[in-house]
Amino acid sequence: MKELILIVVGAALVNNIILSQFQGLCPFLGVSKKTDTAAGMGVAVIFVITLASFVTSLIYKFVLDPLKITYLQTIAFILVIAALVQFVEMFLKKSMPSLYQALGVFLPLITTNCAVLGAALTNVQKKYGILFSIFNGLGTAVGFTLAIILLASIRESIEDNDIPVNFKGSPIVLITSGLMAIAFMGFAGLI
Amino acid sequence: MNKCMERLYNGIIKENPTFVLMLGMCPTLATTTTAINGVGMGLTTTAVLIFSNLIISALRKIIPDRVRIPAYIVIVASLVTIVQLLLKAFLPELDKSLGIFIPLIVVNCIILGRAEAYAAKNGPLESAFDGIGMGLGFTLGLTCIAVFRELLGAGTVFGFTIIPEAYKISIFGLAPGAFFVLAGLTALQNKFKMPSATNGSSNGSVLACGGNCMNCTGSACMANHAQLETRRLQAEEDALTAKKAAVAQKQAELSAKLDKKEE
Repeated sequence: MKELILIVVGAALVNNIILSQFQGLCPFLGVSKKTDTAAGMGVAVIFVITLASFVTSLIYKFVLDPLKITYLQTIAFILVIAALVQFVEMFLKKSMPSLYQALGVFLPLITTNCAVLGAALTNVQKKYGILFSIFNGLGTAVGFTLAIILLASIRESIEDNDIPVNFKGSPIVLITSGLMAIAFMGFAGLI
Repeated sequence: MNKCMERLYNGIIKENPTFVLMLGMCPTLATTTTAINGVGMGLTTTAVLIFSNLIISALRKIIPDRVRIPAYIVIVASLVTIVQLLLKAFLPELDKSLGIFIPLIVVNCIILGRAEAYAAKNGPLESAFDGIGMGLGFTLGLTCIAVFRELLGAGTVFGFTIIPEAYKISIFGLAPGAFFVLAGLTALQNKFKMPSATNGSSNGSVLACGGNCMNCTGSACMANHAQLETRRLQAEEDALTAKKAAVAQKQAELSAKLDKKEE
């Protein structure tokens, strides 16, 4: 139990996927203009990464490892993730229209988000079992959501500030993320 | 041959993936801690890009249009696996320092972007040169950023000490430094009004996703393709109707002239 908590906290705060691992930067910089879209993206990412961690660790354990074809993990994982996202989208559309309304637009955008593949590969690299993989995926995704919502709220509140002309647009967003990364470095002492 | 040189120029200068198109931000920020890592990542991506462009271009008439994205992903993933195994065997040091970013080349938007925008429409030779150009442009971008970060963060360039130990600013070697260096760079581009995706002045429209990585929402390659396709069809239709109208007008004029002559 203690180890599981440590994994979640470590993945969410200490090794934050965006601010210290640099995975999933495109949605982080792209979908962070408004807090509600950022939150929607975050929830969709939590959903997909957790599910993808579970499915890819199942595939690794019961298909790739016994057949001794673990070198095919990159190909297998990216195809599984793409198929999974498509499947989840169809399933939600049919059976849970209200959830689909909330998450639907974000789902297809996540397929090639490197955070998803990154989380799946990290699970294999660190030799996590199925349960640990799920929790590591969950922690990673929570870290992503936390970072993107924080950035979106900062961007909303500095919108009307007097920013030097040359720094308007993406430079100020990058500087904000840099300062957030410094803040998150403080979590390094947590574990 | 001229066309091949043009592709090289286009990839390295005119549509430089790092500075102008702002593509593939994740490896750009993550692997530029030292100059040698930047060069390594750039050249690895170049190798994948050349062969993926070559293979996709050679197969472009065989792959059905509806399943082309999965087909491209499989091709790219296979190439990345090959490159990863080669690196593990011959350059284990580099493989260790780049770590997870080698398999993550699969989801680098430069590769799928070039496949969609160029290799799917042009011959194998030009596509291969497009891959070389884009890859070298990416390598150049990564090396520039990495040299800056290594110089400020560790006082060295390619391992040679330039700034004495006491004066280094180690934050530039860590995660936040990557954001700061890129922020400074894009601010400079804004200042000198240089073409860049970040200030909307780049002509990245050749790229399927418009090349605007800052406003990209993950996999614009796929989502935007349908949109762009309908827009293209619309434009074609408009051009066709305009042509028809022009022809009709000409005919009317001609008949009017004939009428006058007959009179």
